[in-house]
Formats: sequence, structure tokens, C-alpha cells
Amino acid sequence: MTGRSIRVAVATTLVTALSLTAAACSNPDSATSGSGSSSASAVVGIAYEPDSLSPLLGYGKDGNSKIFDGLLTLGADMKLRPALAAELPEVSADGLTYTYKLRQGVKFSDGKPFGAKDVVFTYRTILDEKTNNASRTELDAVEDITARGEDTVVFTLKYPYAPFAQRTVLPIAPEHIAGKQDVNTGAFTTRPIGTGPYVLTQWSRGEKISFTANPHYWGGEPEVKKFTMAIIKDDDVRATRLRSGDLDGAILPPNLAKGFADDKNRKTYAATSYDYRTVTLPTHNKVAGDTAVRRALDIAVDREAMVKAILNGAGKPAYGPVPTDSEWFTRGTERTHDLAAARKILDEAGWKPGKDGVRVKDGVRASFPLWYLSGDKLRQEHALAYASDAKKAGIDIRTEAGTWEVIEPRMKHDAVLAGGGSPADPDFDQYTLLKSSLAGDGFNNMAWYDNKAVDTAIEAGRRSGEAAERKKAYDTVQRELVKNPGYTFLTHIDHLYVVDDRFGPLTTQVEPHDHGLASGPWWNVEKWSTESAGGSEK
Amino acid sequence: MARMAGRRALFAVPVLGVVTFGVFAVAAASPFDPVKAYAGTAGLTASQENLDQLRANLGVDQPLVARWWDWLTSALQGDFGDSSLMRQPVADVIAERMGWSVLLAATAFLVAILLGTGLGVLAARRPGGWLDRCVSSVAYTLEAAPAFWLGLLAIWFFALKLDVLPAGGLTDAASEVVTFGQVASHLVLPATVLGVSQLPWFFLYVRQGVADALAEDPVRGARARGLSERTVLLGHALRSGMLPMLTLIGSRVPELITGALLVETVFSWPGIAAATVGAATSVDFSLLAALTVLATAAVLLGNLLSDLLYGLADPRVAFDG
Repeated sequence: MTGRSIRVAVATTLVTALSLTAAACSNPDSATSGSGSSSASAVVGIAYEPDSLSPLLGYGKDGNSKIFDGLLTLGADMKLRPALAAELPEVSADGLTYTYKLRQGVKFSDGKPFGAKDVVFTYRTILDEKTNNASRTELDAVEDITARGEDTVVFTLKYPYAPFAQRTVLPIAPEHIAGKQDVNTGAFTTRPIGTGPYVLTQWSRGEKISFTANPHYWGGEPEVKKFTMAIIKDDDVRATRLRSGDLDGAILPPNLAKGFADDKNRKTYAATSYDYRTVTLPTHNKVAGDTAVRRALDIAVDREAMVKAILNGAGKPAYGPVPTDSEWFTRGTERTHDLAAARKILDEAGWKPGKDGVRVKDGVRASFPLWYLSGDKLRQEHALAYASDAKKAGIDIRTEAGTWEVIEPRMKHDAVLAGGGSPADPDFDQYTLLKSSLAGDGFNNMAWYDNKAVDTAIEAGRRSGEAAERKKAYDTVQRELVKNPGYTFLTHIDHLYVVDDRFGPLTTQVEPHDHGLASGPWWNVEKWSTESAGGSEK
Repeated sequence: MARMAGRRALFAVPVLGVVTFGVFAVAAASPFDPVKAYAGTAGLTASQENLDQLRANLGVDQPLVARWWDWLTSALQGDFGDSSLMRQPVADVIAERMGWSVLLAATAFLVAILLGTGLGVLAARRPGGWLDRCVSSVAYTLEAAPAFWLGLLAIWFFALKLDVLPAGGLTDAASEVVTFGQVASHLVLPATVLGVSQLPWFFLYVRQGVADALAEDPVRGARARGLSERTVLLGHALRSGMLPMLTLIGSRVPELITGALLVETVFSWPGIAAATVGAATSVDFSLLAALTVLATAAVLLGNLLSDLLYGLADPRVAFDG
């Protein structure tokens, strides 16, 4: 390198530095115009990025997708409402046929009309085993779907399945686009076209998903014209960007949401959820499989303390998959924390305290391992609290961390700190958690729970179309869980969102375990009003 | 010189082949299950039958060698397969993200080289002087500081306290078009953080090299001939002091790639790095193999580049061709 070339290099450095500085100086203007003091645009920070935006691969299966509509949709009260269907379905007396009349005049955002063939195409494609849809099991009941004319579709089921209508919230894809490409990897998976309130304008992976209002939306054009979901996986960065004004709202863990409690311009919304944390008590474990041990653990744990200490109060004690504020919850099945009673149960069952304080029966030490997903702080804290409560009753629980690959082969004999929950119907959680024939089937019935009375009741619950009869069935399940708990349910977790006040007051839906795109106060962003100073939900 | 480049390129072919096989073998031996990764949370409620079908559809039930051979033969015909993680062709995944990563890494590299060289020369002029002591201790601290920590610190200071730079993303979150000004302002923080995290190595090498050169005979001779201090420093000392740094350029490439990984995550930068982590943890064979080929090629190119530069800068070094 010569002297001259070095001078050139130095000059280049200076120019680069100057241009970078200049760019930096010009930034504040663009930043304010960007994050929008205008209410017609909203930017929210989410922690989760979908793998695909194709409903055929499972996107938006629980309803409420911004780009698509399902035949039905769930309101704020979690009641089904017609969307692409003109009305709620007609169900045959035997519960085997569901007939949907379709809404007329609906168009996809590319201008092509929506019709019965799109519905048939969507369901048939999902049911096709060549389609890589991991949620296909949810449509297990469907025997076939056919179009009757242009405006009617008919589902025939293999067995009566009462919650079936809840499954038809899944988004409808356009046959004229999605039908012409590889369903697993085609362009439709990243650049979808739907009938929904918003049109996807850009999906920059790892950065953001941008939407613009669909001016021809059959439900009326949304007032929030631009809606952006910024993908920020790190909780701290999300909180920081919310504070810097880059975001209008974000999902936050309880400890970071607390930092916004005194912020006058931002409101914290706590969405109640079906998101439970539970300990599986596998039947094949000599200790955890003993009904006396299960019952003792069920009352030895201090759920209230967990809600207070681990969730900062943002949650509720759980006694089963159904949260205590649900209409499906059976009053009187709450278990209060009672250590003395737990000890008595164990004493009576022959579990006598050994030298080190851990109980022993017939030479078996009351001890078993409890696995939790490594890196999941919330699960770790639940596991540690559970182990410490159990210790007081004389049961030694060894907590261990691992990935699902490590945990899964051990699920038959070891306890696991599991999570789950889907709110639309009590069948969704209870059937897969408790049905004895599903023991060890993938992640279904992880505890290998086996209870004839429960089997009969959940089968009745899914087959009966009568609300009263279903309620009776799920009451039976919850009462059986008191007598023989296959799991120790610990908490139901509230999901916390902090949102700029100018959009409020907003509502939230009851949320599932998944933090999907549909969750949060923006579940109905298409209905937000921006007229008044504050703006409010229509 | 051309012969050396040609020979290296020939040598790269078997290396890349072996590397791809290695990736398939390591991925197959890893405890991660591609089907579980593909299914995500849906997999936690899916039936075994559903999961088995998925395994067959994804082709991961095939033996390792067959899978690798399939991938390799179609890759040679320009088809890099489909990414199971991203649900789109691997070529699309790379095309969409590669440019942004290259932009970030190149800018960072430039920052590191230019700043490192500049500061190194200044420090070498007065070893033990106040500038040398300040910059050296900062450099040692930076060497130990992880890039993501620097990133968080930079966001906190520049975006939150001073509010002069955006905290993340390629453009403002609400903006839908990618403009030069937007990208430039959003590039400043991630590129500086990544550049600064690489800076110490260049600084310390140049400082040492130039300081050594200043003590050598040719430089003393030049001084004796009455050449100006600037000519001595930049024309003579820097020229021989740069030599170890040129080797460094090649060897820093892998470090730059791992650094970019963390920086991209912290700044929500839509580059290829995040996809690499995802590909590895979800055992996305096709994507992982393609990315590994690219990373290997980058390292080989980096080495070739530093050897070429070395040869150009120092006539005593012969090209190995």
C-alpha cells in the first residue's frame, strides 16, 4: 500500500463517517413520522413469528387472522359468530352433518369472488396427508366436505363431535391461487391473499409483518389503516423499543410490564387465558402413580403463593384445565392449601416418614424427578416452588431441566412441568389430556391417565349436542380429578400487554397457551375507532 | 496470482462437499427432531399418526447418506431444496436475507479495519502515551465484551437516552418501503456495534506491527534520510506493520459471522444469521447445508483475499502457485 492509497483510505473513512453521521442526524424526523402520532396506524411488538402465513399449514387455525376469515369467528365473549358463513351452521339431529350457508358478495383482496369451492378446497387440502399441517388431528372428526351449489357447504362427520363448529373458525384460502402451487412451500405461504380486514403488504422475516386496511372488506373498511407487527424476540429489547416510542403496544412478561404501571400514556391490559401450568403425575411411576400421593400433592401445593410470587399476581390458581372463571368450571372443586391434611392422607396410606424426612412405603422412597423445559424461566420457577411445597409434605421431587427431545422419552415414568390450554371448547384440552386410549400418543395424555369414569364422561361430552348434558359430563370429569388427580394443576397465566392510551379503552379475548398473532388487545384491531381524541373500540 | 486463486478454487470443491456431508451427519446425530421443530406447538397436541405422516412428507425418515446425496445432486442442478423452517424454497430464503447480512457485515468490517488501523497507527507513534493507554485498555475491555451486550447498551444509550438513532429493524416499524435514508440510519447502530466488537483485534495487531516496524532498520534509515514523520509512519512503518493484519482479515471472517448472528437478533435485522440459528435448532437440513456452504465459501474467500493482499503488500512473499 502506498502513501497515496492510504490517503485515499483515510478520505474514504471520513466520507463514510460523515455520511453516517448525516444519516443519523436526519433520523429523528423520520422516526416521528414513522411510528405515527397519527392514530390511523398502529405498530405492536410481538415475541413470536409464525412459520408460515398459509392457513393450509395451520396459520390462524384458532380464528382471528388479520388476512383471512373463517366460516365462523369468536367474539369478545368467546361465542361463535358467523363470518364467511351467513349464519351459524345447521346441525343434524344425530350431530353428524353440519350445513353452512355462505355469505354472498364476498371477494378476496385480489378481486376474485369467494365461494363454496374455496371452503371445500381449504378443508380438503388440510385433510390431505401430503399437506404438512401439524394440526390436522384437530379435524379428525371430519369424514368429508362437499359443496351444495354455490353458496352452501356440508360437512359430514365420522362421529358426533359437539365442538366441531368451534373448529370452523379456521381461515379460508383462495383455490384460484393456493390451488395452483406447492401447498407446502409455494409463494402463498409467505404472500397470502385472503378475504380478511387487512392485506399483507410486507413480511420481512425476523423484522416485521406489515398490513394495510382492505378497502373492500365485507365487514367495513378498518379505521386503523396501517397495522404493523414488529417481531422482537427479546423481552428487554421489546420493552426498550416500546419505551422509546418505536412501538404503540407490546406483549411483556409481568416483571417488565410492571415498569409501565405508572406511565400515564400507556395502559396495561391483562388478558385472562386458558394457559395452564401443570405437573404430570405418570401412572407408571411407583410414587406419582399412587392415588394417595397424588391427592396429597394436590392439596400440599400453595397455588395462591405461586400466583403472587411467580406471576406477580397476573394469574389464577388452577385446579384443572378449565380456569375458575369459565362457565365450564365446576364450583366446589377448588382445593385449598392444607399441608396438615396432605400429611394425614400420606400417613393413612402407609407413607411413613424416613430418617431424612422423606416418606417411605414398602421400601419405596417417596421421590421422583420433575422435568421442565430448559430456558423457560416461568416453568422453572413453577417446578422449584412445587418441589419445595412437596418437600414439606415429605415427598422428595428432584427438578431437572431438558429440551423436549430429552424429556419426551422419559414422560412415561417421570413427571413433567407441562403447559397448554385452548379456550374455545372444554373438549379441546380435556380429551387429549385425560383420554386413556391416547396415553403416550405423541404429547397427548402425557401422564398416562387412566380413569374409566373420566373416559366415559369426556366421550359423552364430545358426542352430545345438549349444552346441559355436556356441562354435566365435564362436571363429572372435574369431580373425578379431585378424587384421583393425574396432574397437579398449578396456575392459569394472564398475558400482559402494554398499549398506548390513544387507542384505548380496548378489550382482550380469553387467550390460549400459544401467543399467536391473534392474541392481545389487537385481536380486533379492525374495529378500533380513531375518531375521538382518545379513540376507542367500536 | 491467478494460478493461486484457481488452485484454491479447485481445492474448495472437495472441501465444500465434505462440509455439506458433515452438516448432514452432525444434524442427523443431533438430539433435535426435525418433525417436532416443524410442528412447533401444534406438535404438542398432534397425534402420533399425524407426526409420522409429517416425517414421511419431510423426507427425514430417509437414511442420512440418501438424504445428503439427494440434496447434493439437486443442488448441483441449482435446486437447493425447500426450507422446512421457512416453508419456502432455500434459494428464496437466502435471496431475501443475504443482501442485508452482507451489507451489515461489510460495513462493520470496514468500520473495524479503518478505525482499528487509524487508532493503531496513532497509538504506535507514542507507545505508552495517553492515547495508547486509553485505547489499549478500551480494546482489551471490548475483546471481552459480548456483541449482544454492546448492542443492548447501544440501544439504551443512543435510542433511549439520546433518542438519536432507531433501536432496531431495517426501517421504521411503521414504514413499508425500504429507502436508502431509512436503511442508512437503521444500519448505524448494528454496524457500529458489530464493527466495534471486531475492532480490538485490528487495533492491537496494527499497533504492535507498526511499533515493531518503527524500531526496524529501514524505518530508522528513512528517518536518517530526513523524510518527514508522516511519510515514515504511513509509507514505511504502516506498510510493514499492516502485514499481520492482512492475515487477520481472513481469520476474522468466521468471528464476524457469529458476531452478526447476535447483533442481528438484538436489532431485529432481517439478515441470514437468525435463519442460520433457526436452521440448526430445527434441523432444517436443506437450509443448513446451503448456509454452511456459503459460510465455508466466505471463510475460504477470506483466506484467499488475505493471502493475495499479503502478496501485494509485501513483494518478498511469493504466491503459492
